[in-house]
Amino acid sequence: MLVNRKLILAHFWLAFAVFGVALTLGAWQMFIRSPIGTWLSNPELYYRSLTAHGTVMGYVFPTLVAMGFGYAISEAALQQRLVGVRWAWAGFWLIVAGSIMAVIPIALGRASVLYTFYPPLIGNVFYYLGVVLVVVGSWIWVALMSVNLRVWRKANPGAPVPLAMFANVAGSYLWAWTAVGAALELLLQIIPVAAGLKATIDAGLARVFFSWTLHAIVYFWLMPTYIAYYTIVPRAIGGRIYSDSMARISFILFLVVAMPIGMHHTFADPQVGAGFKFIHSAFTALVALPTLLTVFTICASVEIAARLRGGRGMFGWISALPWDNPMMLALAFSFVMLGFGGAGGLINMSYQLDASIHNTQWITGHFHLIFGGAIVIMYFAIAYDLWPHLTGRELIDVRLIRTQLWLWFVGMIVTTFPWHWVGILGMPRRMAYFDFGDPAIAPQALSVILSAIGGFILLASGIMFIVILARGMRAPQIDAGPYRFALAVHQPKTVPVALNTHALWVALMIGLTLTNYGYPILNLALSSGTSVPAVYVGAQ
Amino acid sequence: MSTRDLFTLRNTHFRIGVGITAAILIVTAIAGFIVLPFAQPWVQFANVWDAICSAAGVTQRAPDVTAPQQAKRLSEVVLTSNTLSRPSQEAIGRGATLAQRCAICHGPTGVSRADSPNLAGQYAAVIYKQLHDFRSGARSNAVMSPFAVNLTDQEIADLSNYYAYLPRLPAYHPTPQLPKPNIVIYGAPMRGIAPCGACHGSLDNKTGSPWLEGQSEAYMKAQLQAFATSERRNDISQQMRNIARAMTAQEIEAAAAYYASQPPDVVKAVD
Repeated sequence: MLVNRKLILAHFWLAFAVFGVALTLGAWQMFIRSPIGTWLSNPELYYRSLTAHGTVMGYVFPTLVAMGFGYAISEAALQQRLVGVRWAWAGFWLIVAGSIMAVIPIALGRASVLYTFYPPLIGNVFYYLGVVLVVVGSWIWVALMSVNLRVWRKANPGAPVPLAMFANVAGSYLWAWTAVGAALELLLQIIPVAAGLKATIDAGLARVFFSWTLHAIVYFWLMPTYIAYYTIVPRAIGGRIYSDSMARISFILFLVVAMPIGMHHTFADPQVGAGFKFIHSAFTALVALPTLLTVFTICASVEIAARLRGGRGMFGWISALPWDNPMMLALAFSFVMLGFGGAGGLINMSYQLDASIHNTQWITGHFHLIFGGAIVIMYFAIAYDLWPHLTGRELIDVRLIRTQLWLWFVGMIVTTFPWHWVGILGMPRRMAYFDFGDPAIAPQALSVILSAIGGFILLASGIMFIVILARGMRAPQIDAGPYRFALAVHQPKTVPVALNTHALWVALMIGLTLTNYGYPILNLALSSGTSVPAVYVGAQ
Repeated sequence: MSTRDLFTLRNTHFRIGVGITAAILIVTAIAGFIVLPFAQPWVQFANVWDAICSAAGVTQRAPDVTAPQQAKRLSEVVLTSNTLSRPSQEAIGRGATLAQRCAICHGPTGVSRADSPNLAGQYAAVIYKQLHDFRSGARSNAVMSPFAVNLTDQEIADLSNYYAYLPRLPAYHPTPQLPKPNIVIYGAPMRGIAPCGACHGSLDNKTGSPWLEGQSEAYMKAQLQAFATSERRNDISQQMRNIARAMTAQEIEAAAAYYASQPPDVVKAVD
């Protein structure tokens, strides 16, 4: 039952429109700092583009997808009209206003600070205020998801919350809490300096606050993807979820262990104690658990589909899978990229191994493979799956959809594998250009060229994606029927209260944040003499 | 079971969830704060508490060590992008009067005929820092030092504001504009040399770095050589000395010739 289709479509269209712009900037960046591009002679233009790319891809695009998908889940899974539609529109328009407010200073070159802010670098205050508006807009969504679940619970006391909604609300709580780190950094530290009320900033403390957000935000980006793995893919390929409980456990594990791990981003930072770095490293290792549980459950669910289709033998069932189904294809690609990206992540989270790749292009390769690859390819799949239900029109050209997914997969591998490689060779990240004429780095030129070609393959795929959706708005009308989520082999009749509510896990999430971040933050906040003069972008 | 019973020890999920989380936290904390610090034979801890504090990152006062005596004075000027950013008309006026005594070398319009730096339109922070350094002895020059030694803080600020206020005029030694050499635009990454243009104009300008377009070639060459031999040492944290030492003679020539050939009006407009 999708009633507020316009609301959901507005979120998706805005998400994919800004995605298209940011993707184009990304491809241009790959080109301009590769040996095939001519050096711009102005690094500021590069960082301006990089800031826009990161801000859109990190804050605006995934947030809008999660919100649009969240509203769809709330209506379809709970089978009830969305409560608070006006608030939802208010949230949407806040994000529009925030994005415009942030993009203008970026375009003018007054906020080339990258989406990770990097104080003491300080940009125009409106850039930060824009980001704050985007976050506030998304918090409205968080509140609405919680309210809608509550309304449903009242009408269905004691009934198991549908898995999709349970996971969706878990994702929204995770976002609400993880955004607090960056919000504190912006409101307490950066905005007062950007507004001219203060001239110094504690950059070390700011980095700790940002690490609070920066790692768990990845799991917020990941949530729609995981929800699609569990609740869309098995239905789309004719199977069943292997275990409803396993799915719930994976999502609550994400809530608990996604948060207190961000300091593995600050392994090289002297202001954080080694003991805390170790604890964060250990908890980061635990994140592998829900991911491995998911890989197991989804593989088992897919096997069920294959056996229902007549697949036989130990591995023979794999060939019985519906490989021409875009959802199957997207899942397989996503898993391959998740596998490589996850393996790379194990290196990043290890205190010692990180030292060899810290701040190199390896890191950029890693998060593009995970986010741009494993996660975003499932965003495409979600859009393809929802589109007929949102537009009442069929997406006819399945072959084009398959080509688009293939191109995205190939493009992402071609982009990120050489990227990892040059990182191992020591190429630093966040550089506007490299002098490949120098014999010392000339051998890396080929890898960088390959990577740039991958960027253009991705751009082609991104354009195809938008074209497919746009054509879908004008295709012949059909009755897509009610939107359904996958059912489990054993649909739960009753669920233990701990697996049907979030309170316990949210409490653990907050508790672990206090234990793992409390002391380092207090220590830095109460120490004097830790601030440095702000460096204003564009100032002489 | 209702939500009210969720947070009780009777609830198995509560016991297991909280128990496992707490156990992991305790084990990792013991490892991170006690076991691993003592596993480093090259670090000595007085006791367990000392190790825990160290691993937690407790800020510790460094033992009182007197800074090594410097044979020569170092620059003590602190610059931020707000230094002298809003001059008053009076300050500029006072600076104009004071600048009469500078005109013999730096030119009545702030443009030199004598291979001294052109000061017209130079960033105020730059002049401010150099005058302070000449006064303190961090930088010395047979001609400049006697002029600077008697200046007050107010006079230094006024002079800086006045010169920054003057319009940038074409230099007296116009040569055909040269193309950008590699050292200006790319630097030499493998020798740790950032592009000259990243701080001194042509790409970007940074606080405390003078713009160089149209400055005297002989002056710039002499300064780079002085940095390279450590004869001049008022650059903060040796940033220019480290660069100049790593530059080849050809690069010094190329950078000086390039900047001297540029008209100063290409300098990015400020504010």
